[in-house]
Amino acid sequence: MKYFILILLFVLACLANAAETLPVDVPDTLAERVKACTICHGAEDRHDGDSYYPRIAGKLEGYLFNQLRHFRDGRRYYQPMAILLENMSDEYLREIARYFAVLNLPYPSPESITLQPVEANLARRLVYSGDSRRNIPACSTCHGKELMGTAPFVPGLLGLPRAYITAQLGGWHSGGLIRGKVANCMADIAKQLTYEEINAIAKWLAVQPVSGEPVGELSVEMSQRCANLALENGEAR
Amino acid sequence: MMQVRRAIFGVWRNAFLFLGYMLTMLFAANVMAVNASTEETSLSGQQRGEYLVRVGNCLGCHTAKGGQPFAGGYRLSTSFGTFVTPNITPDKETGIGLWSEEDFWKAMHEGKSRDGRLLYPAFPYTDYTKVTREDASLIFAYLQSIPAVSQVNPSHEIRFPYNYRPLLYIWRTLFFKQGVYEPDQSRSAKWNRGAYLVQGLGHCNACHIARNVLGASQDETMAGGQIMGSNWYAPSLTSRREAGGMDWTIEEIVALLSSGVSRRAMMSGPMATVVRQSLQYLSQDDARAMAIYLKSLPESNNVQPEVNYPPMPDNVRRYLAQGEKIYVKYCQDCHGISGQGAPGIYPALADNRSVIMVIPTNVIRTVLNGGYPPTTRANSRPYGMPPFQQVIRDEEVAQVVSFIRNAWGNHGSLVSAVDVGQSREGSH
Repeated sequence: MKYFILILLFVLACLANAAETLPVDVPDTLAERVKACTICHGAEDRHDGDSYYPRIAGKLEGYLFNQLRHFRDGRRYYQPMAILLENMSDEYLREIARYFAVLNLPYPSPESITLQPVEANLARRLVYSGDSRRNIPACSTCHGKELMGTAPFVPGLLGLPRAYITAQLGGWHSGGLIRGKVANCMADIAKQLTYEEINAIAKWLAVQPVSGEPVGELSVEMSQRCANLALENGEAR
Repeated sequence: MMQVRRAIFGVWRNAFLFLGYMLTMLFAANVMAVNASTEETSLSGQQRGEYLVRVGNCLGCHTAKGGQPFAGGYRLSTSFGTFVTPNITPDKETGIGLWSEEDFWKAMHEGKSRDGRLLYPAFPYTDYTKVTREDASLIFAYLQSIPAVSQVNPSHEIRFPYNYRPLLYIWRTLFFKQGVYEPDQSRSAKWNRGAYLVQGLGHCNACHIARNVLGASQDETMAGGQIMGSNWYAPSLTSRREAGGMDWTIEEIVALLSSGVSRRAMMSGPMATVVRQSLQYLSQDDARAMAIYLKSLPESNNVQPEVNYPPMPDNVRRYLAQGEKIYVKYCQDCHGISGQGAPGIYPALADNRSVIMVIPTNVIRTVLNGGYPPTTRANSRPYGMPPFQQVIRDEEVAQVVSFIRNAWGNHGSLVSAVDVGQSREGSH
């Protein structure tokens, strides 16, 4: 009996050892393959106060695909993304864009930021009416009347952290977030904005509850004004 | 080469006869050993040229990030300044549209530009000189057939005194040996083909070698070195502790070169880019030939003897225990409870040479930047690693790297937050 127990223990020990050295079991899924993305962008959405990383779930596929290529090819500059994507093919990036585009995650509750009535009014006016004297169109003309984006590649503006929106508007303001070969209409618009207006818009957008869907297509006027953008992002169509 | 020289002296009196014999042999050998495999010769001249351009990875340097193929403008930073690569499309004003085949041969073989100026060895003519005239000619014909792009690139920004080109005469006298690859008759045709590709077009020596202060390769052994203008270490191909192939099967080397992953390793950093741009397009025969040659490289002498590791002091144990906590939290899901990984997907860390290499730069950079191996035909949907610099502090990176360098039978030096800070510099 004593021997039997010893043998049994020995066998169990061997089994335990074997389990430790078996290869890790890796699911053959895209969710597993994009773990490098979700460590920052979140498998589920979270807002921990100072979060910077934008939500990518539910964004338009065309938008995500373009941004992935822009990061990879150095047109949109953010080093961690550039290094991560450096050696990835268009086909794979397209597949990843599609994965996140159809990923349906509940939106977090909006950030709690105190917004002065003056700021709210300023933001609301620019978002829905623009400022024709300075040739600033309303955000809603391109980003959709519900600000959830316009197919195929104009991004939605809601459900994003304030820090991120401020940084992006600031990026456009100071010379273009996307370093294309041609002038970019979003850069032209952002350059007209003051820092006060940028802050107000970023705050206002970040506190809006998210509802609605992307809309179908750009207005004729804006497609003409942003013809270069459409040209550069043409492949996403 | 030495043997050949000795032989020349030995048969001095029969010089004419001997020379005739040697030329015949060389000619025969060239045909036998260096030329492309049947797989490749079944292609048209145009396709062969395109293939050779891939093998030489001309695109890698002659294309700016996101720029027009072969139109140059890529900035190559070195310790002598920044070189801006030229436009090699057939545009007559801004490219090489006015070049003749002879001009191109002079650049590849002699390192001289069309106007006779000496080229900086940032263009690896020290390796390309080994390319045969026939291959150079096919490459030239292909480059002349691609769409011309009119693009003027900025000039080099080379520091004094290196910007004084005539200095290159001295450099060349010291460090440049002109000459097409000479087959080693004692080796097989496959081995010679591999050597021809590795030493010539493949220009592996551009990175896998230590360089002296004048930027010249210190030897020809591919014993590893810091990549110029980059913060990556190109591991030694002649050390079984780094990236030597002596303990690997040919199949495993072929898999790593052509797909970017093998059971034991994964291409990362600049080498992942080389696989994406160049090596994944190798023919099976050529990948095998390269592997045969790489596996045969003799082990370099600076092999460290086996050492007995003393028991660790308590403070080291505590340091590593901190690292282990981070490992369990962030790394273990993919790399396993005993660093076993999932071969071909998530590399094992136990007994992983990149992890325990004396110079820890690469493993630190991998933790900081994460990354995906290149997408290749054989591995078109790779798994990736998150960039942990977004998640944990330098101190924690140092702890976890120290831990994996000393867990599961691994032995490596500890790294500090300062090492991590230094490894972070540079984007490539």
